[in-house]
Amino acid sequence: MNGIYFDNAATTVPKPETVIAAVEQAMRTLGNSGRGAYEAALGSMRTVYHAREQAARIFGAGSPSQIAFTMNATEALNMAIKGLIRPGDHVITTVLEHNSVLRPLYELEERGASLSFLPCDEKGAVRLELLEEQLRPETRAVVCTHASNVTGNGVDAARIGHFCREHGLLFLLDASQSAGILETDLEKLGADVICFTGHKGLFGPQGTGGLCVRKGVEITPLLSGGSGIRSFQRRHPQEMPARLEAGTLNAHGLAGLAAGIDFVLEKGIGTIRQREQALVRRFQEGIRELPQIRIYGDPMAEDHTGVISFNIGEYDSALVSDELWVRFGIASRPGAHCAPRMHEALGTKEQGVVRFSFSWFNTEEEIDAGIAAVRALAQERR
Amino acid sequence: MRKKEEKVLVTFYTTAEAMATEKACREAGLEGRLIPIPRELSAGCGFVWCAPPKLQSKIEELLQEKEIAYEEIRIMMV
Repeated sequence: MNGIYFDNAATTVPKPETVIAAVEQAMRTLGNSGRGAYEAALGSMRTVYHAREQAARIFGAGSPSQIAFTMNATEALNMAIKGLIRPGDHVITTVLEHNSVLRPLYELEERGASLSFLPCDEKGAVRLELLEEQLRPETRAVVCTHASNVTGNGVDAARIGHFCREHGLLFLLDASQSAGILETDLEKLGADVICFTGHKGLFGPQGTGGLCVRKGVEITPLLSGGSGIRSFQRRHPQEMPARLEAGTLNAHGLAGLAAGIDFVLEKGIGTIRQREQALVRRFQEGIRELPQIRIYGDPMAEDHTGVISFNIGEYDSALVSDELWVRFGIASRPGAHCAPRMHEALGTKEQGVVRFSFSWFNTEEEIDAGIAAVRALAQERR
Repeated sequence: MRKKEEKVLVTFYTTAEAMATEKACREAGLEGRLIPIPRELSAGCGFVWCAPPKLQSKIEELLQEKEIAYEEIRIMMV
């Protein structure tokens, strides 16, 4: 793309060449997975299975069958939340959440579930010490993000997992912002369901995502339809992964997702995280002394992702973002970022925030160009 | 930061109408571009069509002719 791309929390650009090659190869050769025993259909089935194996590796699923693919994290979250929470259940969540968690929960609230929100501190870190006091006899689950898409703050999922095990609760984790960057092993985190997207930190194509489901956790399917198996049965198959996969899968996209996960595993999640954190800290160092700069979140925290958000004085974040693009060729995201409660907590409901989000492919030179651009805008305030 | 200038802004319900407007204006040779929605406005869609104020009536006519729905069209300093 033209210019400098700092919107990797929305989708990563560029993708590794191996991902592009895998999608192209898939589009030239693949039939429909599970619909025939000829080479093209088998090729598709093998491709999807390979993607399942790779996802099982990165999410710590005991078996590839515990991975079900969806078109994105939103679909996965809708399936997990609506397929597990019942009227009368109480759910603990946080003010950090994205609308892909909040809106399904609000729908359930209308049908008789109840919600509690863990607040955050002044740095935007969720106050997990308050978990215990949110507990009620009817509490069924904790649903939360692994990292804020607004501040980049990580959430101590292992601590929540431990709390959930202790109290017999389900733990649904939204890994949209953390997959490929933070530790996302189901067992290590004590999660029951991890929902993920393929096109961010896993470097896959858009239209890929899924769920990693602990064995024995039975999600009521949102969709039913063709599965390629048991055609004469009235009911959609109940076994994972077919249980959560109705209709033709995005095998072309999943070929790319598998290559993206290969890339992440080859570099190492820890190495990628350190790289992104180094870029965030370099940027923070470069702008924090500037007049009227306000930085949100806690970029120095150990579990921070590649996101850093800021404002310049009282300027509308939309104006700053537009200036960054028009004058400096820097792609950023302004506004409310689909996380209304986070903005209320940070006091940025009106102004929004300018978000920069870095990936493995950003360079120090690009970060320095970003610093220079923000400096120029901060110094020429009118 | 740039000096604010008077512009005509069109807000939309969804990004589909924003795209339809960009396409229609390009085809008609009308100057303008999509920008992030200023905070003074609120609309379903996070983008607004931003153009020189003198084009307001031409844009309105075009949107009507092409049956493109929009929330609001107004002059503002951006």
